[in-house]
Amino acid sequence: MQPFSAFSLLKRGLSGQRGWTAQWRSPEPRRSYDAIIVGGGGHGLGAAYYLASEHRLGSVAVLEKGWIGGGNTGRNTTIIRSNYLFDESAALYDHAVRLWEGLSQTLNYNVMFSQRGVLMLAHSVHDMQVSKRHVHANRAAGVDNEWLTPEEARTFCPPLNIGDIRYPVLGAALQRRGGTARHDAVAWGYARAADALGVDIIENCAVTGIRRNTDGSVAGVETTRGPISAPRVGVSAAGHSSVVMKMAGVELPLESYPLQALVSEPVKPVFPCVVMSNTIHAYISQSDKGELVIGAGTDAYTSYTQRGGLHISSHALEAVCELFPMFRRLRMLRNWGGIVDVTPDRSPIIARTPVPGLYVNCGWGTGGFKATPGAAHVFAWTIARDEPHPINAPFTLERFRDGNLIDEAAAAAVAH
Amino acid sequence: MLLIQCPYCGERPEVEFVYGGQAHIARPQQSAELSDQQWTDFLYRRDNARGPHAERWRHTHGCGRFFNALRDTTTDHFLTTYKQGETPPRPPAESAT
Repeated sequence: MQPFSAFSLLKRGLSGQRGWTAQWRSPEPRRSYDAIIVGGGGHGLGAAYYLASEHRLGSVAVLEKGWIGGGNTGRNTTIIRSNYLFDESAALYDHAVRLWEGLSQTLNYNVMFSQRGVLMLAHSVHDMQVSKRHVHANRAAGVDNEWLTPEEARTFCPPLNIGDIRYPVLGAALQRRGGTARHDAVAWGYARAADALGVDIIENCAVTGIRRNTDGSVAGVETTRGPISAPRVGVSAAGHSSVVMKMAGVELPLESYPLQALVSEPVKPVFPCVVMSNTIHAYISQSDKGELVIGAGTDAYTSYTQRGGLHISSHALEAVCELFPMFRRLRMLRNWGGIVDVTPDRSPIIARTPVPGLYVNCGWGTGGFKATPGAAHVFAWTIARDEPHPINAPFTLERFRDGNLIDEAAAAAVAH
Repeated sequence: MLLIQCPYCGERPEVEFVYGGQAHIARPQQSAELSDQQWTDFLYRRDNARGPHAERWRHTHGCGRFFNALRDTTTDHFLTTYKQGETPPRPPAESAT
């Protein structure tokens, strides 16, 4: 791996940017590995990186049916925050934020993590009560969150229209450690760092079956590039988790929905933070490229199409134009959808499964990007040690049977 | 926006409808006799099918009635819709698109 530094950038810059090499290999799959990760998004690549770097597993492969980071890692709105209500969730998401804070240095790759603050608006008495409950719960759990008056919110985010709208802004919760990161860079940075530790990243390799030993444990996978054996298989396949896990006969409490996002034409820096509104439903921030990045809601029905109805994204745009009148004449450049796997309690599953040697990291629903380093870290721990890290111990598959739901469905600060 | 064939009213835009999830999940008659896993499966386990999917819709802003649909979740194409209580039609083999 060529380490990046200010000196290397200057040197290549003065020599016409020649001499850069590919940042990760494109190897042929071997016949067997110590562990296989199914799914080359941020979560899967990150898990492979931590398996190699922290758990010193001899040989690890990431199998990706398309190209790395081409799924939800490249389709989300890049928002990072950890202001979840329940202690289990706050611990998991804050573990991720703490890893985000050092990630560029850890990977020697600039993931452009920017703690510009996430402002969550309250528009009704109910919003006020829920938001303040979140603020207090977060502070008790050691997660930063503070309450702002409407005027303070506007000072923090000057484009915000707090009064002249159907649902005036009555206050806002601000997590200053929240922000955004460059989503592609997260996949590329983990891929490059994992590759340097010997992880094989195999693109255009779809898993078509999961092989089992006679005792029921995992023997490996069937792929479009031939069978590969491994005693440990970790599935990190986002919206297609149900499909992959059914290959091993494991049924998951998941439903897959399209979630849409869109970006505007690029403009000069005009928007200083991330703003989310639960009640009128919009997420907005500005990328370093200058585009406004806008998140819409999920479509009503389950689907694997990676697109959704235009009325869903129109609804988000109406909310954005109401909250930020200065964006009313901005043109939208692109819109797209990603398939998100939603659990009944809107909390993820990072756990062992009834099949020995088969592990799953799924159910992130509409909010998996923010958790990428944390989820990858505890998933790698779970795979390497065959037992959960204390942080992901509550996020089992059995919690639905045993009634130990982590019910962010009702508590989450976003609408579902 | 999808156009959905209500079996009572005809073709209408999607915004008139509310999605009701997977169809043909009968509530168990003797719930007290079920194991925890069986009850969990009834509550939470869904096919999440990639391909033809039998599902409930309600024509909320129309006749107000529930009906069922067979939709291909890889294309969002409605293969057919049918009334509540009718036997679900078999998905056409390998010709879903």
